[in-house]
Amino acid sequence: MKKRTKRKLKKIFSIIFCSLIYLFLFAPIIYIVVNSFNATRSKPYLSWKGFSFDWYVKLFDNQTLLQSFGNTMIIAITSMILATIIGTLASVGMYKFKFKGKAAIDGLLYIPVVIPEIVLGIALLTLFSNINIPRGMLTLIIAHTTFCVPFVIFNVRARLGGYDMSIEEASMDLGAGRIRTFFEITLPVLAPGIGGGALLAFTLSIDDVIISYFVNGQTKTFPLKVYESIRSGVAPDVNALSTLILIGTTVLVILTQSGLIKKLLKKA
Amino acid sequence: MGKNIVELTGVNKIYGTNHVVKDLTLTVEEGEFLTLLGSSGCGKTTTLRMIAGFEEPTTGSIKVEGEAIEDKEPYERDVNTVFQSYALFPHKTIYDNIAYGLKMKKVPKKEIAERVKEMMELVQLEGFEKRYPNQLSGGQKQRVAIARALINRPKVLLLDEPLGALDLKLRKQMQLELKRLQKKLNITFIYVTHDQEEALTMSDRIAIMHDGVMDQIATPTEIYEHPATKFVATFIGETNIFEGMAKIVDGDTITIGIENGDITGCGADFAAGEFITVSVRPEKMKYSYEPVEGFTIAARIVDYIYVGNIVKCVAELPNKTQVKIERLAGEEVPAIGDVVCLYWNKEDAVLIHNLDNRFYQAVENAVFA
Amino acid sequence: MTKHRFKSKTLPAISMVGPVTIWLLVFVAAPLVYVFIMSFCGLDEFYNVSYHFTLNNYKRLADSNYVDIYLHSLIIALTTTVVCILLAYPFAYIIARTKSRKKNLLYMLVIIPFWTNSLIRIYGWRSLLGTNGWINTFLMNLHLISEPIDFLYKQGTTIFGMVYCLFPFMVLPLYTAIEKLDGSLLEASADLGAKGPKTFFNVILPLTSGGIFSGSIMVFIPCLGYFFVADILGGGNSDVIGNLVERQFQSGNNWPLGAALSIILILVTLILVKIYQKLGGDMDSLGV
Repeated sequence: MKKRTKRKLKKIFSIIFCSLIYLFLFAPIIYIVVNSFNATRSKPYLSWKGFSFDWYVKLFDNQTLLQSFGNTMIIAITSMILATIIGTLASVGMYKFKFKGKAAIDGLLYIPVVIPEIVLGIALLTLFSNINIPRGMLTLIIAHTTFCVPFVIFNVRARLGGYDMSIEEASMDLGAGRIRTFFEITLPVLAPGIGGGALLAFTLSIDDVIISYFVNGQTKTFPLKVYESIRSGVAPDVNALSTLILIGTTVLVILTQSGLIKKLLKKA
Repeated sequence: MGKNIVELTGVNKIYGTNHVVKDLTLTVEEGEFLTLLGSSGCGKTTTLRMIAGFEEPTTGSIKVEGEAIEDKEPYERDVNTVFQSYALFPHKTIYDNIAYGLKMKKVPKKEIAERVKEMMELVQLEGFEKRYPNQLSGGQKQRVAIARALINRPKVLLLDEPLGALDLKLRKQMQLELKRLQKKLNITFIYVTHDQEEALTMSDRIAIMHDGVMDQIATPTEIYEHPATKFVATFIGETNIFEGMAKIVDGDTITIGIENGDITGCGADFAAGEFITVSVRPEKMKYSYEPVEGFTIAARIVDYIYVGNIVKCVAELPNKTQVKIERLAGEEVPAIGDVVCLYWNKEDAVLIHNLDNRFYQAVENAVFA
Repeated sequence: MTKHRFKSKTLPAISMVGPVTIWLLVFVAAPLVYVFIMSFCGLDEFYNVSYHFTLNNYKRLADSNYVDIYLHSLIIALTTTVVCILLAYPFAYIIARTKSRKKNLLYMLVIIPFWTNSLIRIYGWRSLLGTNGWINTFLMNLHLISEPIDFLYKQGTTIFGMVYCLFPFMVLPLYTAIEKLDGSLLEASADLGAKGPKTFFNVILPLTSGGIFSGSIMVFIPCLGYFFVADILGGGNSDVIGNLVERQFQSGNNWPLGAALSIILILVTLILVKIYQKLGGDMDSLGV
């Protein structure tokens, strides 16, 4: 077979194959988004009855659903902030200082990443129940922070790889104390890694099902509310909310990636 | 002859079992360009960092203008550093980089603007204010680093091999610029390098360090003409080394017996029976087809090395040691295969006490006497 | 003379690394220790944990019914991993080595689905695959089938769901490993006479094996615990160990038994990680 034909065939095959995979990945999402505009009113809400924004409107009447979303947001933002602070301090500290026990801390860090989430979930449940902490927002935030911290640390560490410590010495040489140097030099230069870690933490928190399932008590997060409704039939207002979240997250990521936020911050 | 602006007294730096700086005592005069010269690991950078405040001396004291600073943090010292990697802040503009030190001292904005402008003109970087470090070439980054340090009018400027990353031509250019700056601003420079040519070109005085010890501190000429130790003699420029024992001491004329014969040199404070190292620069090496009084070493010419306008003749002694005779191209040189008698003006030889052998001799005497 | 400097080194170190250490000890190490202890405990008549040492839980878990489920879980996890490798490898290869300017976009398109909750996406598949679901409706409307196909509630469906959820975890490490491949190695191989498949098995595969290993770990282990996938798509016909654990902590109310199951899960994880490390796996690439 001619080389050129071979190459063309390869290309066509690649495109078909990848398209199928992307279709596979996006199929349920397409369903979710499309069905959010379905004018249907009766269970199981599957037959297409026309295009409508009804469910987006109905969404704002669904108090419990909105509250669950609110819970998810509060938990995600709080855990993201906590995990980012703890994780960034830890990464920088472990990078600068030599001490025994670094390997032990590393080992502990890998545990939440490697073990099945369900084990961490029930372990935390056991802890909370044993020391009598009522399960709810607090336990959810603690749990989410716990599984986010390692990811923040890995992200910041990646950025520390190319970090030239002598800029900190230069800063002190020019008269800035250690704390001033940390905020003026270290943090800004590490910002991309910290931002990446924070974004990852936020995403992981919104997406969490398994760990939240065990430590939530009566508090409903958005995914848990959906899990609950699956037995009784999920109405398309859930689809509407999911679509809105998807749009929101995409916009957020595009903003952070394209540096628009950086530019906005500079003007401030 | 100014006052002493930096004084190191009995400074030691030990890392675990590694004794990096050994009992260093050194004074730097105000307004001078002092270079710490040596190969890697000799302790020169560690010494510089101790003056800057990034390392703490294990023992000893460091004084700037009479004030002890070894306990002070880097940001408390009136000393600034130009780093080997430049260490420019990647997220700040050139303007902000240079203004940083002044910002830390809370200098008013207007004054900062004036001084930054002045400094940027001085280093010839006008127009670069809003750029970022990653948009600059190596040489430009270098000048920003210098500007950033000098703008603070430090008492002493420390430079840690600042020209290492530049190509040869640029390096030579920057050497002259740095020297010009130093003279113009009359700031004391302490400069670290392993490049002896650089040290000889730029310095008022050179401190040669070797294995944590300062072997000699003197002007470039003095170091070249009268090296104090064998290390200094071989480190700076090229030289021929002969080692032997003093046979006859007649005033300051000393006859030394080496493996291949006798040679003569000039020196004070030498005793008969002492082990001596003799250093003779290739350009001072003479040769003769007749025997010369006081010299009984004969060598055969085996090779020539041409280096542009200089030719080095390589002569070999009976024990295979090679001796270099340097002449300008065009001058008369012996032919290959000729056997000549090597000699020199006795004042042109540098005589150095050979302490290693003196020590072993003492042991020998103690044990076997 | 050296005193005030020593203090200035340990205080910052402790204040930076202290929080994470305390956090990990309290919320990771301690709970796992609790679980370990609890696995050796029994229940009293009020369904509370009674702290007397017993091996009953482990004995129960050695029962053949349970063992069946373990094997089932391992098979599901193994199948999922293999399917993921077979699909993700070519996919990652094509994307990682494309010279198109859209490369970043293609990579992002793999990650975007992540931003919709996985539970909701699995529920999406149920809506697509059900007898009233869109796929069946679509096929029936086209008269390709006369009766809806039973996609759901089979073991295959669970595997399908697992592959769906865990696919990105296989793609990402593979992508990283393949991107690092030095193109000149492939040229050298061709230059020395190796045809496509030979270059693949002799050069490409060995050099990207690290990505395959770390991807496999990131797929296999979570798979054992993804009870909601088995629940929603498998309908109880293909439980994994995670479902067993979930049951003990919710309806079964037998926490010690659940703890023992978790310990078994941890052991399986440890064994796999050890194998991974022995094969030369890099722990850092598990963080993705």
